[in-house]
Amino acid sequence: MPGILESLLPRASSFAVEIDVLFDIITILVGFWFFLVLGYFFYLIFRYRQRDGHKAEYISGETHKQKQAIEIPHYLILVCDVAIIIPTFLVWFNIKIDVPPPDEEVRIVAQQWAWTFYHAGEDKVLGTEDDIVSVNELHVKNNTQYSYHLESKDVMHSFSVPVFRLKQDAIPGRVISGHFKPILEGEWDIQCAEMCGVAHGIMGARIFIKSEAEHNAWLAANTPDSTGAGTLASANQNPSQEKKDQNNG
Amino acid sequence: MAEVVHVEVGHGEHHDDHHELSFWSKYIFSTDHKIIGFQYLFTGMAMALIGGYFAYVFRMQLAFPGSSIPFWGTLSPAAYNSLVTNHGTIMIFWVAMPVLIAAMGNFLIPLMIGCDDMVFPRINRLSYQIFLLSAIVLLASFFVPGGAFGGAWTSYAPLSAKAQYNSTPFGAPLWLIAVTLEIVAFLLGGINFITTTMNARAKGMKMFDIPMIVWMIVIASILFMCSVGPLVAGAVMLLFDQTLGTAFFDANAGGDPVLWQHLFWFFGHPEVYVVLLPAMGIVAEVTCTFARKKLFSYKLILYSSIGLGILSFFVWAHHQFISGVDPRATYLFTTTTLLISIPVAIMLFAFVATLYGGSIRFTTAMLFALAFTGEFLLGGVTGIWLGSSGTDIYLHDTYFVLAHFHYTFVPIAIIATFAAIYYWFPKMFGRKMNESWGKIHFWGTIIGFNGIFIPLFILGAGGQHRRIYNFQNYPDLAGADMQDMRVFATMSLIVMLVSQIPFLINFIVSIKRGEKAGRNPWKANTLEWVAPSPPPHGNFGPVLPEVYRGPYEFSVDGREKDYWPQNEKP
Ligand code: HEM
Ligand SMILES: [Cu+2]
Ligand SMILES: [Cu+2]
Repeated sequence: MPGILESLLPRASSFAVEIDVLFDIITILVGFWFFLVLGYFFYLIFRYRQRDGHKAEYISGETHKQKQAIEIPHYLILVCDVAIIIPTFLVWFNIKIDVPPPDEEVRIVAQQWAWTFYHAGEDKVLGTEDDIVSVNELHVKNNTQYSYHLESKDVMHSFSVPVFRLKQDAIPGRVISGHFKPILEGEWDIQCAEMCGVAHGIMGARIFIKSEAEHNAWLAANTPDSTGAGTLASANQNPSQEKKDQNNG
Repeated sequence: MAEVVHVEVGHGEHHDDHHELSFWSKYIFSTDHKIIGFQYLFTGMAMALIGGYFAYVFRMQLAFPGSSIPFWGTLSPAAYNSLVTNHGTIMIFWVAMPVLIAAMGNFLIPLMIGCDDMVFPRINRLSYQIFLLSAIVLLASFFVPGGAFGGAWTSYAPLSAKAQYNSTPFGAPLWLIAVTLEIVAFLLGGINFITTTMNARAKGMKMFDIPMIVWMIVIASILFMCSVGPLVAGAVMLLFDQTLGTAFFDANAGGDPVLWQHLFWFFGHPEVYVVLLPAMGIVAEVTCTFARKKLFSYKLILYSSIGLGILSFFVWAHHQFISGVDPRATYLFTTTTLLISIPVAIMLFAFVATLYGGSIRFTTAMLFALAFTGEFLLGGVTGIWLGSSGTDIYLHDTYFVLAHFHYTFVPIAIIATFAAIYYWFPKMFGRKMNESWGKIHFWGTIIGFNGIFIPLFILGAGGQHRRIYNFQNYPDLAGADMQDMRVFATMSLIVMLVSQIPFLINFIVSIKRGEKAGRNPWKANTLEWVAPSPPPHGNFGPVLPEVYRGPYEFSVDGREKDYWPQNEKP
């Protein structure tokens, strides 16, 4: 049975499934309470509507026995809270803290209102001659562990790839690193998720996930020769001064 | 002690008003708490119409991108942002705050605790005047060069700090000045609510005889005072960044843009509870009266609301899970956030339990109070997906968030407010509102409301982000079924807005022509129903009421009448 989120949007990263399962766990626990309370609520409304000859009862809710009507469910809610907190911690640890060693790296620079992507070329090292720079197009290889380094040139932006279930704010003055591993070939949306000014609403980009062969062909076709020609876009080519990586995302 | 304060300060201050009765001194420069309550109420209602109109404009854009919008024209991306920003700002600061805290607090507190006015009537008047000024400043920002601020109601730096980034050189500072003035107004008002409740209660009214709504407004005012300091500091820094070229939030010059987020949310999250608590107070009053029941576990509700208030200071960073704060901090903030579910659940359960064994009368006010409980339940539970940092990675800043917080804010600011208006209208104007029109209004509002936001949960879970001007730019989101849902949401909005017309007509017509209501048309227990409807200046006449029991002694065994007013001698 597909998860709820998967039925709305495919999963294209290795960790998407963890978020989806957590979503489903919460849906089951919360849904149980929601329908229970709502059902009881409607029952009471119907059962205790005003009728001739019926007088309301005097119940203060202050006696020990009456208070239990609230106290017992609230302990059960506490149990459910714990049942949500534990998997949440595990998911968060796996995705945000326990970062796997990368096979490839990309540098992502957000600015009003475009994304510039620096793909490490065939040497797999960022900041070298053969980097491929593109605007609003991110090209990645399927089944490969990536590390990204996210920067902003002006205001806050947020790098969001819904099919990856990935989102990270870009903060001017910092380099925030994170990781993803694509698992599904195709072409998907990248959205900016933080209000960043006039054109925030149209600051979209696309991510292209390709097989190894296709990706290599793209690399070969776009690798700049020594004159710098062949680059996809005329984006800011001189990489801004090296900033220290802070792994705080 | 209590008596002394109210006689000397309360009465002395507005003595002169008893004589001059010109329109201006009676309605505009009055220090009477009821008139100030009305001023807040009517300003809040007018602002709600503006905020609702903005929602109509941008929802039309989302449903029919690019086409001309009736009563607006075509919408540019910059105007879209300004409308979204000011819709949010207006609804929270100029609708929820003035109506729930200031209007209810001013109108109800002196009446419900049995005194003749606030202890500081002139401060009270000043508070409204500053508030009115703040509203004018905010609306003026639409007419300055560059237009109104469009950086979202959260006003994140550095976008909000530099005109070069936000392209609103005057709009952004005006927005900030308006919000700051508004906060000053509420600080002044809050001082009055707390002092009055503590010092001017009727003889015999002990702490646990205070009606729940009065408690809630007092607790909310204390919460507001404790949370607002950091925001004011942040606002001053931001204003300096905007106008003097300082760099508190500019990373390139040694500032920290994330600092603003901490200051903002340290205020912003408790703020949600500041407006929630009075709404819950309204629901408690209305539910008890129309179920003819004692409030279930008065003390438990009171203690939960205090616990909720304290906890609300330790959750702010759940708005910042993915903003680059230390990832380990989320362990703490996820835990505190989910723990808030407990006091909120206790309060909701208590309202539900109050119905048990009742004799429920489905007046319009009661329907709105019941709807609050049901709708807020959905708003509350959907917070769990967002409080869990794991799922928030995906859901943050999507329409799921948007639907979640509207399921809390609309019950608070719209549904509970309507319950209050239908319930206290007879006290305010001496006449009842028409019930049949009220029911049309109720069903239109509730059906419209759910029709708007249920689809937005689905769109959000499908990866649609908020504050996006045109989804046609996103191939994954441009699908036909998604567009159908957007159109459905917009149509539901129109249903909801149109349903406000019968309300407005009913409201205005009933002031003059409604069925006459005596002092106590609902047979309720609290002291405001002891005063004439509408209460004269000075409220109760020469003799103030005395209190002998708690506010919810309905259906007491062995009594013939099913209510037992607080002031009736035993
Ligand atoms: C009449 C019903 C309402 C409708 C149809 C409505 C609709 C919307 C929509 C569609 C947005 C998001 C637009 C976007 O992100 O592009 C929005 C934003 C917002 N709304 Fe409402 N809203 C309503 C009432 C309220 C109320 C009563 C409150 C608060 C008391 C409120 C507070 C907000 C806030 C804080 C935002 C966020 C603004 C921002 O992103 O800066 N809304 N509303
Ligand atoms: Cu952006
Ligand atoms: Cu953006």
